[in-house]
Amino acid sequence: MLWEALTLQLGYNATLVTVGAALLGFAAGVTGTFLFLRKRALVSDAISHATLPGVGLAFLAMVALGGDGRNLAGLLIGSALSAWVGLLAVSFLTRRTRLAEDAAIGAVLSVFFGFGIVLLTVIQSLGAGRQAGLEDFLLGSTAGMLRADALLIAGGGALVLAVVLALRRPLTLVTFDPDYAVARGLPVARLDLLMMGLVMAVTVIGLKVVGLILIVALLIIPPVAARFWSDRSDHVVLLSGAIGAVSAWVGAALSATAPNLPTGPMIVLTAFAIFALSLLAAPGRGVLAAALRQNRFRRRVHMRQGLLALAHGQPIYEGLTLRLLQHAGLVRPDGVPTEAGQARAARALRDEARWAELRAGPGNEAAAALHDGVRDIETVLTQDQIAEIDRRIGGPRGVPG
Amino acid sequence: MGADFVTLSLTPILIGALAAVACALPGNFLVLRRQALIGDAISHVVLPGIVVAFLITGAVATLPMILGAACAALVAVALIEAVRRLGRIEPGAAMGVVFTAMFAGGVLLLEQSDTSSVHLDVEHALYGNLESLIWLDASGWGSLTDPVALAGLPPELGRIALTLVAVALFTGIFWRPLALSTFDEGFARSLGIRTGALGLALVVVSALAAVAAFDAVGSIIVIAMFICPPAAARLMTDRLGAQVGWSVVFAILSAILGYVLAGYGPGWFGLGASVSAAGMIATVSGVILALAAVFGPRRRGAIVAT
Amino acid sequence: MSALSLVPNADRVAADAAALRAPLAIRGLTVSYGQQPAVFSVDMTLRAGAMTAIVGPNGAGKSTLMKAALGIVTPLSGRITAFGAPVELQRHRIAYVPQRASVDWDFPARVIDVVLMGMYRDLGLLGRVRAHHRDFARDCLDRVGMTDFADRQIGQLSGGQQQRVFLARALAQNADLYMLDEPFAGVDAATEKAIIAVLKGLRDEGRTVLVVHHDLATVAEYFDDVLLIATRKVAEGPVTQVFTADNLQATYGGRLATQQIDRLPGAGA
Ligand SMILES: Nc1ncnc2c1ncn2[C@@H]1O[C@H](COP(=O)(O)OP(=O)(O)OP(=O)(O)O)[C@@H](O)[C@H]1O
Ligand SMILES: [Mg+2]
Repeated sequence: MLWEALTLQLGYNATLVTVGAALLGFAAGVTGTFLFLRKRALVSDAISHATLPGVGLAFLAMVALGGDGRNLAGLLIGSALSAWVGLLAVSFLTRRTRLAEDAAIGAVLSVFFGFGIVLLTVIQSLGAGRQAGLEDFLLGSTAGMLRADALLIAGGGALVLAVVLALRRPLTLVTFDPDYAVARGLPVARLDLLMMGLVMAVTVIGLKVVGLILIVALLIIPPVAARFWSDRSDHVVLLSGAIGAVSAWVGAALSATAPNLPTGPMIVLTAFAIFALSLLAAPGRGVLAAALRQNRFRRRVHMRQGLLALAHGQPIYEGLTLRLLQHAGLVRPDGVPTEAGQARAARALRDEARWAELRAGPGNEAAAALHDGVRDIETVLTQDQIAEIDRRIGGPRGVPG
Repeated sequence: MGADFVTLSLTPILIGALAAVACALPGNFLVLRRQALIGDAISHVVLPGIVVAFLITGAVATLPMILGAACAALVAVALIEAVRRLGRIEPGAAMGVVFTAMFAGGVLLLEQSDTSSVHLDVEHALYGNLESLIWLDASGWGSLTDPVALAGLPPELGRIALTLVAVALFTGIFWRPLALSTFDEGFARSLGIRTGALGLALVVVSALAAVAAFDAVGSIIVIAMFICPPAAARLMTDRLGAQVGWSVVFAILSAILGYVLAGYGPGWFGLGASVSAAGMIATVSGVILALAAVFGPRRRGAIVAT
Repeated sequence: MSALSLVPNADRVAADAAALRAPLAIRGLTVSYGQQPAVFSVDMTLRAGAMTAIVGPNGAGKSTLMKAALGIVTPLSGRITAFGAPVELQRHRIAYVPQRASVDWDFPARVIDVVLMGMYRDLGLLGRVRAHHRDFARDCLDRVGMTDFADRQIGQLSGGQQQRVFLARALAQNADLYMLDEPFAGVDAATEKAIIAVLKGLRDEGRTVLVVHHDLATVAEYFDDVLLIATRKVAEGPVTQVFTADNLQATYGGRLATQQIDRLPGAGA
């Protein structure tokens, strides 16, 4: 069953939803990267919660005009409008008052959500049954979706994705180097607005599938996960899109296999699993790799410090330093350096002297900046350069071997 | 304002007001520390907490659910810290990752377990049931001195009152170090204040308030109580004591006005039933914030000299 | 090769014991943010009753050294003692003025409230602020010439005034060791003179003062001792002996033009 779902063999509607969700996931991952890298990830939370009053008002308006309140396109337009108002409220509170962005986001999302709930209860009181379906916007639901709705979602996802991909370069530039973007004559303010517009579009299209409480996950989790694997912005953008698409695809497919596997949570949990894997296992920024590196670094620092202390005849207070020196056979248990220890200490001292000479000389800032305390100068300079330095500091003094 | 009011409205209003104040007190410090969204994260993970508690105990009992919610809040805070530190990710994104995943887990568990027979649904968790916390044993104002009737007060009232006492005690006792570490963390640490532990304690107390208030007003609207009254108060004064005072006033005002509007407002428009009280409380707190943002005497921050 | 000692570590520790009773003694301190040490293997011993400057280029680890000494950041290795005991036990004898950018100036507090923060150790959690506390706080404000601003919101002060308030808060700590991180940054000449007069007053009362300082031209005039650092220690000692062109060249590297050093007082040779 899962295989059928993953390979789109569960019927036309399910296929449309899965494909639409994947397109949307890609668009969300790419859009979310720009938000994340600007440290504004949770703005999307305000936007998504702010859609609720729009859904309610659109329903009421459509009913008042004698139409069907549940028309998805109408509801989505309403939600986009109220999300826009929410976004304006956030920017008003941050720009025109002393409140920080986090307070503005929290205030807007909770107040708009609260007001949305009020509207939902108003709709409820207008007549039972007629509001059916609006609650689906909270958590998303793809069960029993109309053909037209599925088409709308797939089409919307494809459209957003096309816009995001077309504008990838200017958006990347604005995100990473706003000053340069201004200098290049890019309309930064308008691109900013466009980015928020894309976030809104992703939110609105995702409402029916993922629900307004969880849609932020599609905008936040993929970029955070992608960031672990690369430091290059263009890679992060595409990787994040891919993670978003895979999460949405797998999540939607999983959800189609059984009745009580809601789409939104399945997508979010898939994304989270990818995130957890990245956090732990990514080379470079992953936790395991970082812990190993940090431990190695710590030992090298202690070793080097111990050798320098020996060279200067200074006391060593750190137990770890003494243990490392002793373990390497460089000091006796009472802390007196062995022959090998004396040689290594002298060499460490000479390395320090070489670095100092390098720093003091003019025009060596670039090389000197590499001096982090544990790096040997041999790894930075050529033999000729070292020989030149040694000539100035008087050559190696008493370094045996 | 007769017997009906005491039976149907007095306790919900009291509970709403107490919950609002219990959230607003720690909210003041959260807003000042730029951690307002911790309230957002905590309130989202209340749902998985109660679901897990329900699955473990198999019954809709209050105490295990409160414990479950509190545990979930602690787990969330620990996870957020871990993701932030280990992954070197900015706090907003770390929160977003953790609370959405936990919330999704909660919804999934809820759908998987057979809870249709019991009163445990997502909507309840999201917007509470303030209106149902009525005082059936009351027959009028006289019941306030009648021990038999008093024994029939909704248990939520006692719980939220107790929580408020705990929150107020915490805020009062640790006022000085909280203010100090919020203003100048480095200096606070040089005095030997354990700022990390203190920050964690503040979050735990906030979680406690959120869990107790969640019962009454639902999990999302708790966020409004954390943020709106303190944020509005922030725009009224430049004294910490006064700010906290204003926030308490705003919180109580939101609760009372919100409840009254929700209960009686629809009647003025010719609608029969009432609307969500919790939603209305959040809306009123938002209106107060909007008014403060436009008219508040201290709405503009100091021009920070560099 | 003369330096390399074949003495047991215990004997070297014993020989160092007297120096560890200094107001501040740091041994083998390394602090690193990630894999990049900001301070590497620094030893220093502060002379009691002296005014000492920490001097070095931007990013040299001056603030980090001070924060590590106060236990604000956790070092990778190193031993720090104040007045012969671990710093945690001596906090009541140490006052600290952070670099100005590090606080929330929009915080709802008045000038007098900030100064009262300096008396946290006296007041404790719940101690009432009494008249004599207030009088002392006003006295501290008076010493930095800020009495008139006592009831101002702290954000409504100029940079120099904010710096004076911080100094007043440190004075309110009534400590034996004062650590100030760039107290003269963005401060006009008159305020700088006023602050230095207060600091010299403290020194003359027998207290020890440690200041992160950027202006090479005034080091000799203001300070008794100097510590030159650029991630590692370059030199330490009386200004007259260690504040030399060679040491400055070693501290600032190619960054400091030679003629700039030549103009410094005391760098004649
Ligand atoms: N919180 C931090 N995280 C990562 N790196 C840091 C942090 N604080 C400082 N650093 C780095 O450590 C180094 C030393 O910083 P520090 O603030 O101690 O320098 P400083 O000598 O005080 O400089 P300045 O004169 O600019 O105040 C710098 O390279 C800086 O980039
Ligand atoms: Mg500094």
